Amino acid sequence: MAHQAEVSMKVNGAESKSVIEPRMLLVHYLREELNLTGTHIGCDTSQCGACTVLLDGDPVKSCTVLAVQANGKSITTVEGLASKEGLHPIQMSFWEKHGLQCGFCTPGVMIAAIGLLNENPDPSEEEIRLALEGVICRCTGYQFIVDAVKHAAQTLREAGETKVAMADSMKA
Amino acid sequence: MASLIGSAVRRKEDPRLLTGNGCFTDDIKLTGMVHAAFLRSPHAHARIIRVDTEKARSLPGVTAVFTGLDLAGKMKAVPAMWFLPGCDLKPKDRPALATDKVRYAGEAVAVVIAENRYVARDALDLIEVDYEVLPAVVSQELAMQDDAALLHDDVPNNLALLWKAGEIPDEVFADAEVVVKQRLYNQRVIPSPMETRGAVAQYNPGSGEMTLWCTSQNPHIHRLIYADVLGIPETKLRIIAPDVGGGFGAKIATYTEEAVVACIAREIQKPVKWVEERKEHFMATSHGRDEVLEVELAGTKDGRITALRVTNTANLGAYLSTFGAGCPTIDFGLMVTGAYAIPQAAVVTYGVYTNTTPTDAYRGAGKPEATYQIERAIDLFADKIGMDPVEVRRINLVPNDAFPYNSAMGVTYDSGDYQKALDKALEIFDYEAFREEQKEQRQKGKYLGVGFSTYVELCGFGPSAVAGAIGFQGGVWENSTVRVHPGGTVTVFTGTSPHGQGTATTFCQIVAEKLGVPLSDVELVSGDTQSVSMGWGTYGSRATAVGGAAVSLATDRVIEKARKIAAHELETTVDQIEFIAGQFTVKGDLSRSRTIQQIARSANYAWNLPEGVEPALEGQSFFDPSNFVYPFGTHICVVEVDEGTGEVEIKRYIAVDDVGRVINPLLAEGQVHGGIAQGVGQALWEGAVYTEQGQLQSGTFMDYTMPKARFFPPIESAFTETLSPVNPLGAKGIGETGTTAAPPAVVNAVMDALKPFGVAALDMPLTPEKVWRAIRSGRDKE
Ligand code: FES
Ligand code: FES
Repeated sequence: MAHQAEVSMKVNGAESKSVIEPRMLLVHYLREELNLTGTHIGCDTSQCGACTVLLDGDPVKSCTVLAVQANGKSITTVEGLASKEGLHPIQMSFWEKHGLQCGFCTPGVMIAAIGLLNENPDPSEEEIRLALEGVICRCTGYQFIVDAVKHAAQTLREAGETKVAMADSMKA
Repeated sequence: MASLIGSAVRRKEDPRLLTGNGCFTDDIKLTGMVHAAFLRSPHAHARIIRVDTEKARSLPGVTAVFTGLDLAGKMKAVPAMWFLPGCDLKPKDRPALATDKVRYAGEAVAVVIAENRYVARDALDLIEVDYEVLPAVVSQELAMQDDAALLHDDVPNNLALLWKAGEIPDEVFADAEVVVKQRLYNQRVIPSPMETRGAVAQYNPGSGEMTLWCTSQNPHIHRLIYADVLGIPETKLRIIAPDVGGGFGAKIATYTEEAVVACIAREIQKPVKWVEERKEHFMATSHGRDEVLEVELAGTKDGRITALRVTNTANLGAYLSTFGAGCPTIDFGLMVTGAYAIPQAAVVTYGVYTNTTPTDAYRGAGKPEATYQIERAIDLFADKIGMDPVEVRRINLVPNDAFPYNSAMGVTYDSGDYQKALDKALEIFDYEAFREEQKEQRQKGKYLGVGFSTYVELCGFGPSAVAGAIGFQGGVWENSTVRVHPGGTVTVFTGTSPHGQGTATTFCQIVAEKLGVPLSDVELVSGDTQSVSMGWGTYGSRATAVGGAAVSLATDRVIEKARKIAAHELETTVDQIEFIAGQFTVKGDLSRSRTIQQIARSANYAWNLPEGVEPALEGQSFFDPSNFVYPFGTHICVVEVDEGTGEVEIKRYIAVDDVGRVINPLLAEGQVHGGIAQGVGQALWEGAVYTEQGQLQSGTFMDYTMPKARFFPPIESAFTETLSPVNPLGAKGIGETGTTAAPPAVVNAVMDALKPFGVAALDMPLTPEKVWRAIRSGRDKE
């Protein structure tokens, strides 16, 4: 039997602790161990970004990180975006602007967008398109994703948020 | 209140998808569930000498290992479902797992069942297979030659079908004023929905019931085929398509893996899950297109097209896939004349087996290839006679007074206003200004080009009698039940099976509008053979035109029944009842009325129903359309080609589409964008590349270029609305317009940009290397 490793991390604000195989990918840890199936797997070569989550606030492809590498860190997945008050502005914008069709890429795309807005609260169309380099969407042709990100940026600016509010996880 | 039909409401399906609460196949977890992984052939063509699974079986955590021989007698091979008559079709079914021979790289030869996917993968490495490698053949043209390797011993020249439609005497071309001849390759593409395929099977040994969750565009078709493959009656086989992450045709087909997973769940009496890895998806899920098109167009010097003859040599891959025989024949052949009144046309299609992944429908299925050849041929014709490509199109477009128009290929275009769509697109574009700019920019060494595509496509197959005549083993009608609950909320059932289209919103819009109830009171049920009595799924842009029509008619039945009950309660006759915005009112007496919700309660309680009216408030419709529907439009693409690098940049993309009645403009535009991205993808970047030995080189997202956000400018989309007379909604179907219209628009634009270099024809994808080489060799000639 392969040897086991203990990992603990804060996921969407909740502490988790598990004994796992050291080779387990973070995305499988989230999906299989924690039942957080909102984070998807779209490829096996780190191209599609469907698996994107925030690791200590930065977007990473969770299929390219071992769960043990996230030991002691803080993770936000799509499940952690909405709060008791309702949908996160990025979710709201994707809804308003029809930024999703099948919805499979969407969790990763929204998280990647949050990564962008954290760095650049007022991105141009061009900057948004460039920032989406790490994600693939087969359904939308991206235009309404771009519109959604633009709209989210505006909403957040108007609300005076400097850093995109992150679930309870990051606040906690 | 504004009508809900035609209104850009937000989607009902979004809140769950946006919060990570969707349920895709891989999200399903059952108690005691084990995981399957398939061992796939590394060779494109080989005899299987020996499969040794001993070591794999003994790995801790492995439940079982099966080879093809182990499954013999437990399930059948998976057949196609389109048996086209009159073409000497030689269908070859997909074996459950290959036993004697593998016929494409990636064909499954064994399957491991283990406690988790990591162990299952480990065990694959422990299976030993001895192969005797055979010569492989990849190109359909080579495969037809006498000395080519044979895939199936009883299929000479690997010729699976030879289909002919129409005939034109050679003199017509010999005597024509102008003839254009061109060979075009519509390359093989890989559909690549972001969710790969997957299946979860659960068998109840007590009742004999099997539930199979799988990534399906058409669960009832999967039930129909797998019931026979697995020997389970339809009463005991339940197929559920949960949230499905895109399909684009790839999830129409009935493959072997899903059936194998179900078969094994029954064998080992444990739930089994299989989720395709992306690299498996590239090899094992059907590919699209791959057709060599030889087009011959005859015309007059003043721009009239007089005849068209096309030969299509289509690569079917190693086995006949579900709709495989129909795509390069019916779907392609019937539309070769495009939007033009061409008096004579003829098509010959060769369907050929090769050592490649089987091909099947991919967003548009045959229509994009048909559109590609005619739109390219028109530009070549325009060039040859020195006429503007827009002018040639104008001269030949089917005129408005010709509808319903009987084409030379024997189909009847339902309705259209082709000039109007063209006019609208040109208005957005400003053609004259562009030609001026093009001239100026050329002086400065900048190469702009414009391409047009005045397309029409055929969707929403029907009636079912036609499906029967063309050998489709099923119907093409659609089913809907509209059920009004005692409390007044409404459940709508549809036999279509959405996977991104937003049907849960559009169909509920139709019902809410007609019944005059809030949209939030209406919910859609789809994708489950146990909940929905029957249906044929979502493909061929049929959901709204056929499925939506059934929804509309079922709602009418609800209203009809409710009207009777209202008349009874209001003590008047049925013809005295008006139904407006959810209220049944006695004509001329607004004080006497009932809401639809009140009638729902009366109908369900059934305390006081009129004579002959049964309890409950529910309507069902089985809608079999009288004809196909024909969406059309004009797409205009502007590109700039970089002379130094060969890179093509899309500067503008204008799409004017006419899809009949638009139910939700926001969702319609989303469909247009997505289709265009895929169509431009085929034109410029995407393409399956095989080595001569049949190894798929473009087998990951590193090697297969998927369109990214930064590849596109904003698309300028607009609609004209010409209703279809074929269904009560007047809808035409929208899903495939982009992949149909975009490839020729883009290629025509690039060819226009390359004119100064004397480049005549290039095949897709127009990669920088290809364009750069063409520019260079063009220059060398000077
Ligand atoms: S699954 Fe992580 S990048 Fe595709
Ligand atoms: S919405 Fe389907 S892949 Fe993006």
